Amino acid sequence: MKRAFSRQQKMTIVFGILSIVVMIVVLQLWLLTATMNAFLAEQERVIVPAAIASIICLALNMGLLSYIYRMERR
Amino acid sequence: MNPTRTTPDQLSVPPDGRPYHDQPQWRNDFPIDWPQDELVARRDFTKFLVLTSFAFVVGQLWIVFENFMRRRRGQPPVKLIARANALPVGGSLVFEYPAQHDICILVRTGPQHYVAFNQKCTHLSCAVIPQVEQKRFFCPCHNGAFDLESGVPIAGPPRRPLERILLEIRDGDLYAIGRQVHA
Repeated sequence: MKRAFSRQQKMTIVFGILSIVVMIVVLQLWLLTATMNAFLAEQERVIVPAAIASIICLALNMGLLSYIYRMERR
Repeated sequence: MNPTRTTPDQLSVPPDGRPYHDQPQWRNDFPIDWPQDELVARRDFTKFLVLTSFAFVVGQLWIVFENFMRRRRGQPPVKLIARANALPVGGSLVFEYPAQHDICILVRTGPQHYVAFNQKCTHLSCAVIPQVEQKRFFCPCHNGAFDLESGVPIAGPPRRPLERILLEIRDGDLYAIGRQVHA
């Protein structure tokens, strides 16, 4: 059986996850601006890979968020 | 202090850190579980960031869609601009290409040499002005400048060249036959 985390531990975990999510969102922002720039310059090669990378980032973020909720339910 | 909270892990800590008997009465009457409040605030902020992340994905997919639509449209049509000798050397002419409201500018740089570019500055879409003597297009909004012959940025904030309009002379008439964008 999994041991429930103490409040202090939960807080540390949430801060850690928040830091990772912030970094991923900044990466996505950079991806979006770079892709827009490429689109306007008609450099089509980067558009689809950038979209896939952004979707992967979203999936990671959603996974981390769902971990927070699962941790709180314990 | 709330008597039901016994373990240190569950204690509600006032924000100034002083013990409960030193706190004002209203705080004792309406105790707030600060650690829990902080946890929920961070969790909700993480949720907000994930929503932002979703918005970025929507933006990326919108770009993919716009790119697909642009490819489907294909090359723009051939369009008559003017008589080639109607423009004096050093003169310029504004025309619409490929669609209405796509403002472009034609410049006669020599007796047999013409250049045409989209008039939108690639920085923030202000209209550029040809300055033939200085061999440049000038953007008055942020002092940007582009080379008159190639359209590449030479000064100011723009990083991308102007969109070039491909020209052809047929029987003394100048035609726009396509557009060319360089990174």
